[in-house]
Amino acid sequence: MFSLEFMRNAFVASTFIAIISGIIGVFVSARNMSFLTHTLSEIGFAGASFGVFMSWPPLNGMLIFTMFSSVIIGRLSVKAARREAAISAISSLFIGLGILFLSLSNKSSSYATNILFGSIIGISRQNVQQVAWLSALVLFVIFVVYRNLKFDSFDAVGAQVKGLWTNTLSIVFLILLALSVSVAAQIVGSLLIFVLLTLPAACAKYFAHSVSGMMLIAVILALLGVWGGLALGYTTNWPVSFFIASLECLFYFIALAYNYSHQG
Amino acid sequence: MTDPILTVHDLSVAFPNQTVFKHLDFQLERGHFLSVVGENGIGKTTLMRTILQQLKPLSGEISFHPNRKTVHFGYVPQFRNLDREYPLSIRDFVSLNLSGWKLPWLSQQEHQQVHQILAQTGLLKIQKQPLGMASGGQKQRAYLAQALVERPDLLILDESTASLDNVMKYELLDLVKQIQQQQGLSVIFVTHDVPLAKQYADDFLLLKNGTYQFGPIAQLPVNDLQEADHV
Repeated sequence: MFSLEFMRNAFVASTFIAIISGIIGVFVSARNMSFLTHTLSEIGFAGASFGVFMSWPPLNGMLIFTMFSSVIIGRLSVKAARREAAISAISSLFIGLGILFLSLSNKSSSYATNILFGSIIGISRQNVQQVAWLSALVLFVIFVVYRNLKFDSFDAVGAQVKGLWTNTLSIVFLILLALSVSVAAQIVGSLLIFVLLTLPAACAKYFAHSVSGMMLIAVILALLGVWGGLALGYTTNWPVSFFIASLECLFYFIALAYNYSHQG
Repeated sequence: MTDPILTVHDLSVAFPNQTVFKHLDFQLERGHFLSVVGENGIGKTTLMRTILQQLKPLSGEISFHPNRKTVHFGYVPQFRNLDREYPLSIRDFVSLNLSGWKLPWLSQQEHQQVHQILAQTGLLKIQKQPLGMASGGQKQRAYLAQALVERPDLLILDESTASLDNVMKYELLDLVKQIQQQQGLSVIFVTHDVPLAKQYADDFLLLKNGTYQFGPIAQLPVNDLQEADHV
């Protein structure tokens, strides 16, 4: 399996992706942003299609669309009462835009499939480097804002009383999330990105009760998912995304069963 | 009053179309326990938010002594919606307040600070338990511990006993009183529960229909007490 260059690239890229997904996912879960993450992945689809339409690398289109829209969405969905409706509206608009750009670009439907569901064959050495740099950037920013982000995510009331810059922190986090979505979509595709960004962290909270513990478990589960998915995809020739999604869901159901059996 | 930590002078706060209170004057002596009493909706939390500088007053002054930068706050808010699935342990929740632009991990000194406050608030034995699974009284003690972990000079309890049963209310305030006396902490306790205010406070501030009264707790008028108590 590792004799093939694209498989080596896919393993390295997916390792970075699993690490940042596990870490960012813990904050996504604490901030109740799973639905927003799903929307960002759809915006990522529109961005990638726009990239294709403009003859850019799809990742660049994704980065532009997700980064700008994450800030706008964050502002729109501040009020909980209108959050779901606002996010649904934006989500539909961007899926529509994605379809339009793909149609205008005259590319074959396999392009759409690759963007939506990911493609490991297409991962070049240059892509791996790009993923590595973006992951390092995300990790560095998390390192710098860690304590304040942790306080704001796990106790928004306390953080506000303390006078932390909660609005600025929210925007910084949305930009980090947008970066992570764009990076992770390289492997699992934009439709399944929220699998890696939400499920490992959702499992982790049943097994660990510290932020660092949750991050460690989420990263391990994300790594098991992507490595397992790649190996199974290679062996069976079935889509890698299918295996990643199935493995992460399996972990989640095991975590739920564990929680149920411990709480009665 | 010889050594105030907080002086409020001629303070008026208003929202559009509504004056909350006007010309408020009072002082909090360092190491004293002040109860802010009044009906629900009278503006007690608004006053706290103004003191915390989250709201701008219409006029008047709030001064801290010796100055604002040297006075550290601890605040236990009225509402915190942490459900049963809230994952952090009591210890981790308490240490959240050790925030700032620091390294992600706690220093040795910070670990000691957390240990000390957990011991003081009687949470050491259950420190690893998820906060979501804790009882109402344990949660309030954890909120108190979080507010106290950075050793504030002024602690504000904003209706922090409102959701507790009678036994737990007195347990929590016994604890606050004990810490207040040990550390010379100044406390503002916002409540509509007058017997509690009467038992623990040194001074009172009664807000009522746009007016106010301030003085030693023994002077809290009995009629106003009963009205406030039945709200």
